[in-house]
Formats: sequence, structure tokens, C-alpha cells
Amino acid sequence: MTDNEEFDDIPGTTVFTAERSHEGFHLNQFCMSLKNAANRERFKRDERAYLDEWPMTAAQKQAVLDRDYNAMIAVGGNIYFLAKIFATDGQSFQTAAASMTGMSQEDYAAMMLHGGRSPEGVRSKKEGR
Amino acid sequence: MARITAGVTTSHVPAIGAALDRGEDKSDYWAPLFAGYEWSKKWIAQEKPDVVVLIYNDHATAFSLECIPTFAIGCADEFPIADEGFGPRPVPTVVGHPELACHLAQSLILDEFDMTVMNQMEVDHGLTVPMSLMFGQVEEWPVRVVPIAVNVVQYPPPTGERCFKLGQAIRRAVHSFDEDLNVQVWGTGGMSHQLQGPRAGLINQPFDNAFLENMNADPSALRAITHLEYLREAGSEGIELVMWLIMRGALATTCNELHRFYHVPASNTAVGHLILESPPDEEDS
Repeated sequence: MTDNEEFDDIPGTTVFTAERSHEGFHLNQFCMSLKNAANRERFKRDERAYLDEWPMTAAQKQAVLDRDYNAMIAVGGNIYFLAKIFATDGQSFQTAAASMTGMSQEDYAAMMLHGGRSPEGVRSKKEGR
Repeated sequence: MARITAGVTTSHVPAIGAALDRGEDKSDYWAPLFAGYEWSKKWIAQEKPDVVVLIYNDHATAFSLECIPTFAIGCADEFPIADEGFGPRPVPTVVGHPELACHLAQSLILDEFDMTVMNQMEVDHGLTVPMSLMFGQVEEWPVRVVPIAVNVVQYPPPTGERCFKLGQAIRRAVHSFDEDLNVQVWGTGGMSHQLQGPRAGLINQPFDNAFLENMNADPSALRAITHLEYLREAGSEGIELVMWLIMRGALATTCNELHRFYHVPASNTAVGHLILESPPDEEDS
């Protein structure tokens, strides 16, 4: 078996492996640059121009412009790096997390207040538990 | 000689720091969470530790993907508060204990834990939120800190078993430091949470409560938890709980549980908090 095959069995979850780190290196380095307030301003002024300074793929840049966090993760983004983007947007971690679930903000917030998403049925696709 | 007297575990959710910094800690949403730390603040004001060895993880702050150390120890005089994308938290600079940190680094490496030595490092909410929860809003932190950063960002983090053994090595290292110091070890992060993908928002209260119970009752059960089990049961970010096992390994075999608190939710996360008193082991004397 190849490394990490078993992770594909966990629904709705992407594990940030060395391979994904390699694929997403420049996307995540771009995110890291947003630690700097002057860079955040430059990014906000012209997102496309700022992204074009980085050797990212077209799909990576488009996912950032679309603020599609699932798409960013699919092309190597890591959530802790991507957090610099929604921090720059003035958005909370809960808002960003909700945007990945297909739920409305209100429904997601209500789910969290009621104890969060149950692990029942989302542990393993194969085992259906 | 230096002694480890107690261990503290706590989650380190960034929204907790933001709530405190914005003065929202008395709101309906946040008040129940901060209430869980009231006893802890009184306790630590009496305990007056000299140094906290603070186990945490960096969140794309000091470490980009250019370099990913599994275990890094901060040996600097002080650790500036990082800008994580919304400006630095308005909290005091963290003051280090370079003498103890350098001794720990040497001792741990010779004890076969290959630490990365950081002579300059910014710290993020992973370290400052636990400080705020335990000490509140202060002009200066009343304790010096030896930060130990653990990689839990890129898979794989160190195993729980490895973390527990690092804790045991920290215990040996602290106890071989000549200065008379009251040292606490804190393990931060967790509990169950998932911040990404369609499964975001996962919380597993039975898993978390069993984990809290076994931190004192049966740490060997926790040492055996695999990465796959953490991912399935506690969510992709719940794997941070391996850091709690470093704290547990650094304490006496038999501890007294002084305080336990569990609260859902803080933003996307289940918050867990424990204080374990660590009496001297026979083997220490």
C-alpha cells in the first residue's frame, strides 16, 4: 500500500502530508507573506497583481481570488497558512470553516453551539461509521 | 535544584485571545469559558512558578514550510509577539529563561531527542492564549517561559508515545539543573476540532472526556492512540492532543488532579483544561 491511503477513507478531510506541502509550497508562502501589514495592503489594493508575483499555478491563484477554501486545500493549501487570507479579509475562523462545509453561517454557528458535528457516520467511508 | 511541581493543559483557540483583547470576555458567549479558568488564576497566583516549560505549536508564524522542525526549543532572552495577519496581540513580550533552556537543549539532545535550537523566535496565539487564560491581562507576565514548539501542521506530527518520552526526558533535564526553580510544564492545543473541509466543526465529547480522565487515571492508554484514531475521532486538528502527552510525561507517575474544565464550543473547538499537581517521585530523591 502507498503512504497515507487510509486518510482517503476519512470523509471530508484532507491531511496535509509532505506531498501536499510540496505541491502547495508557493501558495502557502504567499499566505505567509500576509503576516506583514504592508503586504496585506498591497494584496488588498490589487489581488491579481500581488498573486502574479508568486510562482503559483493558475488554479492556486484562482482559488485564492474566489476565496474557495476547499479549492485552495485541494491544490496544496494548509489551513493555518490560509488563515492569513481570511485574517486579511477581517473574517473569523468560524466563518471560514463554515464556508467549507456547505452549510450557511447561521446553521454552522448553531451546530457548534449545540455541541458541534457528531463523529457518528463521518469516521470512515469504508466501514460506514 | 529545579523541580517540576505541576502540569497544566489547555486549549489555545485564537478566538479566546481575540475575545479577551476586545473586552468581550463577559459576553454571554464567552463568560462560561473564562469562568472555567477563575480557579486556575487564583491557584497559579499562589503557586508562583518561576518558569513554565510551555509546549505548544506554531501556526505558520515562526515556521513557514521552508523548514519544519518536529521539536524546537526557544533559547532566546525574549520572544516577541507575532503579527498573525490581524496585528500582534496586545500582550507583553514573553521573557525566556536562556540558562534553563540551553541546559534543556543540551540535555535533551544528549538524551537522544534531536531538538532544533531557536535563538530568535516570534510566538503566536498557541503560546500567548494559554498565558492569558492562566494570568489574565497583565502589564508583564509574572513568569519566565521556555517555549517548546511541536510540529502538528504538516503530517506526521510526532507520535503520542514519542511525545510522552520527550516529557520524561524534560523531567530528567529539569531535575539536573542546579538553580532552585519552581517549574511547571504546560501542554496546550486540542481538544477535538476540525478546521477544514466539509467535516469542519467535528467535536467528539466522549473522546475528549475519556482523554481528560486518562491524563491522570491511565496515561498508558493515551500513549497508544494512533494518528489515524486522532484524525477519525478528534478531527484533523485534534491531533494537537499529542502535545498534552509531553506535559504528562514530564510529571510524576502518580499525580493529583486539582482542576478540570471542559467547554463546547470556543469558535470551532472543544476546550479542555486540567491542572495536575506533581508530587516528588521516589526516584527523584
